[in-house]
Amino acid sequence: MSGAGDVGPVPSGGERGGYELRVTSYELTILRLVTRNSYFVTRLRKLLIGAAAALLLAGCAESPTYMTSSGAAGSREAALGWTLTIISCAVVALVAVLLVWGLARRRESGTGVSEGREGVSWIYYGGVLMPIVVLLFAFTYSTVTLTGLHHPPGEPKVHVEVIGHRWWWEMKYLDGAPEGVFYTANELHIPVGVPVHLDLRSADVIHSFWVPKLAGKTDLAPGSENSMWIEAKEPGVYLGECAEFCGLQHAHMQFRVVAESPRQYAAWLADQRAPARVPSEPDEKRGEQVFANAPCAGCHTIRGTDAEGKVGPDLTHVGSRLTLGAGILPNTPGHMAGWIASSQAIKPGSYMPTIYLKPAELQTLVSYLQSLR
Amino acid sequence: MATTAAELPLDERLSRIWETRPGLLGALSSVDHKTIGKRYLVTAFVFLILGGVEALVMRVQLAHGALGILSPEEYDQLFTMHGVTMLFLYASPILSGFSNYLWPLMLGSRDMAYPRMNALSYWVFLLSGIFLYSSFLVGHAPDGGWFAYAPLTEELFSPGVDLDFYALGLTFLGISTTVGAVNFIVTLARTRAPGMSLNRLPIFMYGTLTVSVSILFAMPPLTVACIFLFFDRQFGTHFYQAAFGGSPMLWQHLFWIFGHPWVYIVVLPAMGMVSDIIPTFCRRPLVGYTFVALATVSTGLLGFGVWVHHMFATGLPTMTLSFFSAASTIITIPSAVAVFAWLATIWYGRPWFTASFLFMAGFVVLFVIGGVSGVMTAAVPFDWQLTDSYFVVAHLHYVLAGINVFPVIGGIYYWFPKMSGRMLSERLGKWNFWTMFVGLNVLFFPMHILGMLGMPRRVYTYPVGLGWDTWNLVETIGAFLFAVGVLLFIINVAWSRAFGDRAGVNPWNAPSLEWSIPSPPPVYNVAVIPTVASRHPLWEPELIGEQKSRIHEGPTLTDGRETMATTTLDAQPLAVLRMPGDSYWPLLLALSLAAFFYGALLGWWWLIGVGAAATFVSITGWLWPEPPAEEA
Repeated sequence: MSGAGDVGPVPSGGERGGYELRVTSYELTILRLVTRNSYFVTRLRKLLIGAAAALLLAGCAESPTYMTSSGAAGSREAALGWTLTIISCAVVALVAVLLVWGLARRRESGTGVSEGREGVSWIYYGGVLMPIVVLLFAFTYSTVTLTGLHHPPGEPKVHVEVIGHRWWWEMKYLDGAPEGVFYTANELHIPVGVPVHLDLRSADVIHSFWVPKLAGKTDLAPGSENSMWIEAKEPGVYLGECAEFCGLQHAHMQFRVVAESPRQYAAWLADQRAPARVPSEPDEKRGEQVFANAPCAGCHTIRGTDAEGKVGPDLTHVGSRLTLGAGILPNTPGHMAGWIASSQAIKPGSYMPTIYLKPAELQTLVSYLQSLR
Repeated sequence: MATTAAELPLDERLSRIWETRPGLLGALSSVDHKTIGKRYLVTAFVFLILGGVEALVMRVQLAHGALGILSPEEYDQLFTMHGVTMLFLYASPILSGFSNYLWPLMLGSRDMAYPRMNALSYWVFLLSGIFLYSSFLVGHAPDGGWFAYAPLTEELFSPGVDLDFYALGLTFLGISTTVGAVNFIVTLARTRAPGMSLNRLPIFMYGTLTVSVSILFAMPPLTVACIFLFFDRQFGTHFYQAAFGGSPMLWQHLFWIFGHPWVYIVVLPAMGMVSDIIPTFCRRPLVGYTFVALATVSTGLLGFGVWVHHMFATGLPTMTLSFFSAASTIITIPSAVAVFAWLATIWYGRPWFTASFLFMAGFVVLFVIGGVSGVMTAAVPFDWQLTDSYFVVAHLHYVLAGINVFPVIGGIYYWFPKMSGRMLSERLGKWNFWTMFVGLNVLFFPMHILGMLGMPRRVYTYPVGLGWDTWNLVETIGAFLFAVGVLLFIINVAWSRAFGDRAGVNPWNAPSLEWSIPSPPPVYNVAVIPTVASRHPLWEPELIGEQKSRIHEGPTLTDGRETMATTTLDAQPLAVLRMPGDSYWPLLLALSLAAFFYGALLGWWWLIGVGAAATFVSITGWLWPEPPAEEA
């Protein structure tokens, strides 16, 4: 969970609170010495909390920029990108200087029209020769990179089929015996330093698989059999996004790539292959009943139970996931309850209906689902 | 009667021949290219404002992450209609407006080659614009993006009339575009003043000629794509449905075979305007006229070989990618030629810093920024990161706002005196320029950065805390600044139309023929058909020491509506063209087509039948031979 590009789950207010409180209580002690006016203090305190939160966010604001990459393909793309960016800036600067200089330079006075045959050499050198040299270099560099990225640096050891749905991602792990094949959702675990082969498929419309920190994007389109490879060079949690407009909730179609050591990955794989954990606590057992009685099983599968729905994400190990709702909420009991009870408010138009449950039922359902680690 | 008419002064006689009947009925029948040109300009500008308001609402929603001002449905409709409006209803029609208004004046002709087709082209444009916008009235504007990728736009995923408005609206509009293009090509080939050989044309005309030819080849793929989509949606065909043997890629290929040439269609005439206006204000001919003319034409041609660069991430083979990457790289060279021609013209000229010139000079910078970001997207491996991120939004807006809107506004500052007889305020114009220039850069430059920070495009909201919020807020501020600039422009036009200084015939001491005509031009354009002897007819005394072109003497052609036809290459006199008079048939034909398309939209077969029958009647009436013209 470290390294550049670690975005992790979206931080919740509750998790940030402790830190803010420490900052503000310290400031508050000083402020109490200054004034006894509680209204003023409250206002100032709010201001300070705001400022601290802003600083905190600015500090944590890790954007998924592809200009610094943690991926084998992404770093070559970034190197090409920086070269092109620098050339582009240089060209813009050159033209801007020539333009401003041309506008500002002193001239003999007069308003008449002049014949002027000079200046055509500008076209020969600036308009033809310079672009040919620059473009030839850029095109060569780009094409060398393109052919270099065609094949992964080594034989991929991990094969995953990524299926795009409106609006979530399904990951099907293909390695091993047929009975070892399993599904997970919105989370792609990969071992660090190993090329991973991805088959890209779509269940409905065109989507595009994009993990900016690791590699460029490739479309998932119905009827096409696209594939790509990715390789993470550093462990971390990387944000993935859908990059092709796919309708109402295109904005909320995210996922996470968890790159971990081969050992951690192997452990995760073993956990995921196992059927769902049998509930032990009474709360969880009641939750299992709620799940069976509510419409959940019509859409979701929990391996080892009667729930075999194929419409929504496989929930066999939902408790182990980092996020909910296709990468948009951190997977905490609170957020899970919120997601079940008001999915249509959080993600209007998604195919997860709002489920009406009594508070007690909701609580046991969440306990059960959270226990499925 | 005949004798008294012949004794009238020439301008009186010509006015009687060419004037349109007063009143609303007359206005509806007018085929005067100046009237049609102004209608095009005003209508397209109204669409610019509509598209701009849509953009402002979106910018408010995106000012910060996780705002809930717009629902996803509303946002999708707004960004789709913003794209459709700006690309189809503003960017191309506004340039048609300039060409319509200016071409006959620049050519020393009395009208376009096909005046009634010209009227048809406008009416269809107006009605198809209304057709597309009527979707808002029923709350179902198209919401699949201006690119409308199948299968998202198929009935299964987009039920309702939203995408039917799109498919039918663009097919309808395509009639206008095609008819207009044919008219421009024939006008250029046949109605130039004697002596105006192809190497004496303003570059602007090369721009419009190139794009008119491009339109003839680019529109059919779009029309076919839209009709296939409509058939898929309404009649159960499977052109784009993989499950039934169709292909979603077919849509993308058809759309971009149209779409990329379209990008050049909406910029080349504007670049041509720049190539003509910069020399006027630098008081010297354009450096490398022939190079720039050839660059214009070759850009139009190469523009047909680059469409796949919109599809680099669709999983095409490496060889295909390399080919289209190379083509997309090469197309930069003609643009570089133009840039250095402009730079050299400024460098070796004596710039006159009018508001119009400022727009042209600012344009050069925006053009280069939009150009180099285009080269970056031509590099396939890096494009896999750039495409569908905000970087591309930055690139395309530098291209469209920078290369289209800036020359258009600067062009209005330049030609408004000709059109209205009054100057626009220069003082306000400079405020106008700086507000728009700063606004545009504050609005669009950060989008490059956001793209590089990994922000995808076409999202109605985005998570906070990824470092995207600040830049988005900056953009929203820039958007409003840009809008203030546009507002200043509107104020300037409104005020100057009534109170501006009188313009005179040639306020800028410009070289081309339209500046030999009074401002505003008389209804018949030119009292005599001029004879042209050089590229800069009005600069001849200063450039070659004597006035060789004959501007104020030549054939008067007063036997009815007539103009001179000349040969295509050298513009040798060929014949006297008899021009049609005002007519209601273009409007009736356009209305018939509108009935047909509304019938198709609503699935009302009777209305389709009525529209088809009325179309047939209108065409018959249009083609019915006119009785021989009586002498007025």
